[in-house]
Amino acid sequence: MMTHPQTTSPVPAAAEAKPASAARHGGGRPRARLLGQHPLGILFSLPYVVYVMGVLAVPFGFAVYISVHQYYFTAPGVDVDRPFVGLDNYVSVLSDPAVQQSFLNILVFLVINVPLTVGLSLVLATALNRVRWLRTFFRVCYYVPYVTASVAVVGVWLFLFQQHGLVNSLLGPLAPAPSWLVNSWLAMPTVALFVTWKQLGFFILLYLAALQNIPNELYESAAVDGGGRWVQFWNVTVPGVRSASVLVVILATITGANLFTEPYLLTAGGGPDGASSSPVFLMYQKGILQGNPDVAAALGVVLVAGILVVTLIQKRLVGGKEE
Amino acid sequence: MVRAITPARILSAAAVAVLGASLAACGGGGASSAQSAAAAKGPIKIWYSNNAAEVKWGKEMVSAWNAAHPDQQVEGQEIPAGKSSEEVIGAAISAGSAPCLVFNTAPAAVPQFQKQGGLVPLDSFPDAAQYIKDRTGALADQYKSADGKFYQLPWKSNPVVLFYNKDLFKKAGLDPEHPQLATQQQFLDTARALVKSGAVKTAVWPSPASDFYQSWFDFYPFYAAATGGTQLVKDGKATFDDDQGKQVATLFQTLYKENLASKETYQGDSFGEGKSAMALAGPWAIEAYKGKVNWGAVPIPAPQQQDKVSTFSDAKNVAMYSACKNRGTAWDVLKFATSKDEDGKLLQETGQMPMRQGLTTAYADYFAKNPSYSQFADQASRTVEVPNVSNSVQVWQTFRDAWSKSVIFGNQSIDDAFHGASDKINQLVSQK
Repeated sequence: MMTHPQTTSPVPAAAEAKPASAARHGGGRPRARLLGQHPLGILFSLPYVVYVMGVLAVPFGFAVYISVHQYYFTAPGVDVDRPFVGLDNYVSVLSDPAVQQSFLNILVFLVINVPLTVGLSLVLATALNRVRWLRTFFRVCYYVPYVTASVAVVGVWLFLFQQHGLVNSLLGPLAPAPSWLVNSWLAMPTVALFVTWKQLGFFILLYLAALQNIPNELYESAAVDGGGRWVQFWNVTVPGVRSASVLVVILATITGANLFTEPYLLTAGGGPDGASSSPVFLMYQKGILQGNPDVAAALGVVLVAGILVVTLIQKRLVGGKEE
Repeated sequence: MVRAITPARILSAAAVAVLGASLAACGGGGASSAQSAAAAKGPIKIWYSNNAAEVKWGKEMVSAWNAAHPDQQVEGQEIPAGKSSEEVIGAAISAGSAPCLVFNTAPAAVPQFQKQGGLVPLDSFPDAAQYIKDRTGALADQYKSADGKFYQLPWKSNPVVLFYNKDLFKKAGLDPEHPQLATQQQFLDTARALVKSGAVKTAVWPSPASDFYQSWFDFYPFYAAATGGTQLVKDGKATFDDDQGKQVATLFQTLYKENLASKETYQGDSFGEGKSAMALAGPWAIEAYKGKVNWGAVPIPAPQQQDKVSTFSDAKNVAMYSACKNRGTAWDVLKFATSKDEDGKLLQETGQMPMRQGLTTAYADYFAKNPSYSQFADQASRTVEVPNVSNSVQVWQTFRDAWSKSVIFGNQSIDDAFHGASDKINQLVSQK
């Protein structure tokens, strides 16, 4: 059949042509150009714009300012010299072995956490989408850790993974020495596993939502063509949830890069000799505990830039080229 | 060119106007208002610690003051919740919302608060220097800042000693009434005997966490005992990279290597729950262990047996904060709260040692009735404080990192770690 899809369009060609032409030539009324086709939308979005500006953009701009000055917080009215120091704070941050170690730790975390999160949440969401019996029970089981306070679930993991904990009792002579959370090699992977487990429920929900958008006909066509479960999963499900995968990868990366609570609670701060410290933990240590917000701000800016670069690369790799 | 007035520009102009007005309100009047505040009388706010016994003392002290001073009422409250009181106070200084007095000011945080312009030099009150000297004696000098002024009033100490569990000692076949804990070697041998006997899996369980203050409860008391009371930094130079410091480090390294001490953080009180046979703590712990542990306590083991052993003070002091308007009243309240009468009540209710010279004679009745506290009072006269130096918290964090790397986790030699930390600390101390 050679029917052109545009011939069946209900939109009259003339109606489409006018705004397209106006857009091309920069024409149209000034008010429409300024406020758009739906001015009321600005009103609705204004509270969030103000929120983003006040809570994110302005503080970030201030952080950049702090990071290029010798800066510390003072009591109101105390006049101190805060000279411009250029990139000095960045140099001290990047040359600090503890900072380098923390970025390496985060890399280890992301290498374990992100693929595990994507893989497990997609497989489990697919399974949960097909399960008929006890569907709600299973979904709640995976979601409960996500909504439970970290402090509470960390207690459970400590019980499991301490030197004399349940896991080592089961492993017996196979238990690692030093034990999981005080082992320089195992501390960060243990934290990564914990975070993967804790956040899995949220990412499963994202995938479950995405799975609802895949037409059943595609699975039926694949089945008719002789494709088994694996073929259907690989050729229908995976491409069908690609946009959700991009979101999951980016969210998991951003969450991982901002890691603080879990290593802080599981491995008592920096863990075994800094093996589980994170850039955010060092920001807290330098900015709040040690009174050097300028250095902490520089570290924060480096972290934001790093996350931005990594997520852009991920978006390109996972999301493919946007059409 | 006439620029169009857009909503964005109006918003920007309004924001700049509000910011400008706020900044203008923050400035001005600093020096003159500070002078008048020193003499000003009126209501004030104070914070005290959230330790239950101290809260009780604090409330009673405030009630007693308020009853006698209806025109200068004190509003007392527990220090707001936070990871540590230092963080809460630091934030309050920046926000201008600090109270007049905080009865829980850590000496290590004082240099930072001072740099922030958050503290009132107590020397601005004519009788302050003499009052502090009369009350505390020579120990008070440790609390002077680099400019020679007092930004904190030495208030109470919790001299750290070695507690031991008599029942576990007995179970291990050791004499609980005459424990062999006078020297470092005896301490190590006793730890080995405790674990080898099977009486306990962990002989001693100092926290292995990386918080800057954890070294106050493992290295520092032992270093004070070994050196007769040398501070971590003396005359602007780190001291710990010496034979005594490395000897203490080697002792603890051995404890960790031989699994006599745990590398894991215990979620609770290991000594109180019988998971370890020894603990480093101050007299505050007596109340906590009452009914739980059949305890004994000895001075910190030194390289050789000594009669008069020094230790870390674990002091908490009182500071006056620059946000305070009625400083005249605040100073009077400070003197009232640290008077002989109130110090006696503090001792009675909390078991913590007021930093007052002649403590045992001043409260002879109390110590006669509570002999278990006498050794702490005696020990209180030989305490070492954290050095009052620039970047104090960073100094301690640097030391802790070196300790973790070499002593606890054995990833670097003690020589290298201590030498590197010493160099870095010397730089930090020299910065203003």
